[in-house]
Amino acid sequence: MGKWTRRGFITAGVVGGGALVVGVAIRPGNQNESLAPLVTEGGENLVNTWVKIGADNLVTAIVPHSEMGQGAQTALAQMLADELDADWESVQFLEAPAEDGYANYPLIKGYMMKGAPIPSALGGTVDGLFQQIAKSIHMQVTGGSLSVRSTGLYGMRVGGAAARSMLLEAAAASWQVPVDELSTESSHVIHTSSGRRAPYSEFAAAAGKLTPPSVPPLKAPEDFKLMGKSVPRHDIPAKVDGTATFGIDVQVAGMKHATVAAAPVFGAKVQSYDASSAQQMPGVVQVVNLDNAIAVVADSYWQAKKALATVAIQWTGSVNDTRDSEGIFEQFSSDLGSAEVQEDFAQGDAAAALAAAQRVIEREYRVPYLAHACMEPMNATAAVNENGCEIWIGSQDPLRCKHHVAEALGLEPDRVQVNNHVMGGGFGRRALTDVAIQAAKISQAAGVPVKLIWSREEDIQQDYYRPAILSKFRAAMSENGDPQAWENSFVDKHEPAEAPHIPYAIANQHIGYVDSLTHVPFGAWRSVDHSQHGFFTESFVDELAHEAGEDPYQFRRRLLAGNDRLLKVLDTAAEKGRWDAPLGEGQGRGIALQRSFGSIVAEVVEVTVTDGEVSVDKVTVAVDAGFAVSPDGLTAQMESGVIYGLTAALYGDIEIAKGRVKQGNFDSYPMVRMNDAPEIETHIINSYEFWGGAGEPGTPAIAPALTAAIYAATGTRIRQLPVSRYDLNVAIREEESA
Amino acid sequence: MITLTVNGQSHEVDVAADTPLLWVIREQLKLTGTKFGCGIAQCGACTVHVNGAPTRSCILPVSAVQGTEITTIEGIADGAELHPVQQAWIDEQVPQCGYCQSGQVMSAVALLEASPNPSDDDIDRAMSGNVCRCGMYGRIRRAIKKVAANQVEIFDPQSEVTSGEVTHG
Repeated sequence: MGKWTRRGFITAGVVGGGALVVGVAIRPGNQNESLAPLVTEGGENLVNTWVKIGADNLVTAIVPHSEMGQGAQTALAQMLADELDADWESVQFLEAPAEDGYANYPLIKGYMMKGAPIPSALGGTVDGLFQQIAKSIHMQVTGGSLSVRSTGLYGMRVGGAAARSMLLEAAAASWQVPVDELSTESSHVIHTSSGRRAPYSEFAAAAGKLTPPSVPPLKAPEDFKLMGKSVPRHDIPAKVDGTATFGIDVQVAGMKHATVAAAPVFGAKVQSYDASSAQQMPGVVQVVNLDNAIAVVADSYWQAKKALATVAIQWTGSVNDTRDSEGIFEQFSSDLGSAEVQEDFAQGDAAAALAAAQRVIEREYRVPYLAHACMEPMNATAAVNENGCEIWIGSQDPLRCKHHVAEALGLEPDRVQVNNHVMGGGFGRRALTDVAIQAAKISQAAGVPVKLIWSREEDIQQDYYRPAILSKFRAAMSENGDPQAWENSFVDKHEPAEAPHIPYAIANQHIGYVDSLTHVPFGAWRSVDHSQHGFFTESFVDELAHEAGEDPYQFRRRLLAGNDRLLKVLDTAAEKGRWDAPLGEGQGRGIALQRSFGSIVAEVVEVTVTDGEVSVDKVTVAVDAGFAVSPDGLTAQMESGVIYGLTAALYGDIEIAKGRVKQGNFDSYPMVRMNDAPEIETHIINSYEFWGGAGEPGTPAIAPALTAAIYAATGTRIRQLPVSRYDLNVAIREEESA
Repeated sequence: MITLTVNGQSHEVDVAADTPLLWVIREQLKLTGTKFGCGIAQCGACTVHVNGAPTRSCILPVSAVQGTEITTIEGIADGAELHPVQQAWIDEQVPQCGYCQSGQVMSAVALLEASPNPSDDDIDRAMSGNVCRCGMYGRIRRAIKKVAANQVEIFDPQSEVTSGEVTHG
């Protein structure tokens, strides 16, 4: 993928800056003529924000999302190229730079801070597109499984279609023919009756002077040529020969290497430190006190690491020094019992139905803190000098990174440049900016460019963790096994709002939460709150099915009656996962369903439990993401989401002891590996309903489907993750109802 | 000074004897395809070949590999011609984030050299030292089997004779 040059970077500031400058960029020669030279270079004309057509008829898609393996850049380019009728072989793409261009940031920031929503009616129009650009560029965040369903739908498709319309209009004017006699194919305009055929580039300059159509016609799905096809991802070749440049691979002239030890108890500070022996060690340039961390800068990483190990650091003490996981869950339990529950969702009268019920089922579930453990440990390279600061990093939110670094160094944002790189995993961790700020401060203190690399232990122990949660349920059951009330109370509500909500027809519901904060920092972790609440709600539904003496699949079917879209997904998973096929000894199947990020996913898990050891044999996934732009890309995301969630469900456990994280590396924070990875089969349903996301929705259903399968195989109901806490040699059969 | 032979080229490096090979490859030789993942030989991102054997370079002192032939991800292609394992990785669209893939490819190349037609158990044994956080294990298994099924002659970067008859699926 191409990178912006410094000059192009200014161009990109205009291009990538969003709504406020897009008009300028696509209409050189208008009121902002002074900017026109910046957006046109060497025979190229910017037709609109999202597409550039060169004199060589090469189409460049400008993609405002970063690549962490999800393949979004390729999918977005596909969407644009399809609406543009571009020749896929001549499409390349650029990642939009982390630049908001001059006045845009405060303006857009003001717009964002006032919380002005984008009117949905504008969503499909070019005007709406520009507002969407402003919104996504401001954050420039890659997360929330948003790339395809937001940028793709509102940006790339509309942009491609608008460009095509303008090219057609320009061609019609040039050839003096009615525009409806023209067609397009492979980056060419065609006039069939006169036999004329010319490349887009011939009309690009003229098209760039036209007013974009406010509502460009979008293709109907039956006319898609690229959308719906599994095209090879652009980023893969560089990832098999070692040439892909991740943030950690950056080489900057004169750079030194640093590593860091931050306060192991979150919130503590450096009280004192003795670096006298470190300073004598070979290659050591400087020891930097960052107030809540000590960094060593040296000629090489290994020298920095060895020297850091010799620094004796005294940290400030606090009440957090005695906190542990057990105490945290006691706090959750106590807060849930005493604090007033804040209502999240309610219908009917759950309290009354529970009070009147003959049978009340009560359950409690727990999930621990989890680290992201991206394969590429956290790192950033910074060069701070009198001109400002330059950062090299793999970031899910490079623009926020730029502004946070500027704020931390007391610089104007336009003096910070962020060069974004492909990421060795993100999963939400790389949307945060802590590492870039550390690197910038270390470079500032040392007066040289510095590449900061965290050890794996630092990466695991200084994360922003998936929150631990305690979730309690009560359900009222009728004599014939119909759930009549659903009451769910849990600690700490985060995002997305709908994560704890259920799709099942239960008349009386009360869902609520109490705040129960701890000193452990938290952040978004692949699928955010869906991964915890998917486990809680689907586990409880499974338990209710067993309480009702009903098959868990059929029980769900009954409660989803009339919801055809969800039923289709559930039925597909059950059918393809051979729900009713006979099982051998020690085998079990579980099923779960979760709607998240606009997509619906059901999973059937098949396990064999032998001598207490769980083998996950097969996972069958059914997914309805509306429309699969790249079926193989969606399949890959399901596979990835399943393994990520499976690692968490089987092994993932970040424990707090003496206020700090106990785990440190892959020996104590184990991962699913080749030998325990299941076969995964994915079935895609194109419902053509509103398009959903792909990166996250594969994760939430795996934990409840797995634990349901283990229950079916062993009779042990797992209500506290991870599974590795349980001795499955001993069947745990609890009281069937309260 | 320590003398190293990497991808057929000899290098003299001035580093402490206990420096892990990984950091010498990355920092002194600027071959950044080999990755740092854990530093304790638990994830396989740093896998290189030492005399053809897959080896975790993050815990291997550079002084221990003088006089050996070291091959990194940058050294397995035959000029512009990708190694069949690399080609299979593209054909099966294996990588997501790609960070672990240099190590995965190096482990797979070594496996297929030792065992041209590996069983599932062979693949489990050879590949379970390599963590893929994006969970692309199924695709890795498929790509390895694809190379095996194509019966291609594996290009051996250590041998004098470069294979001219490599076919790609």
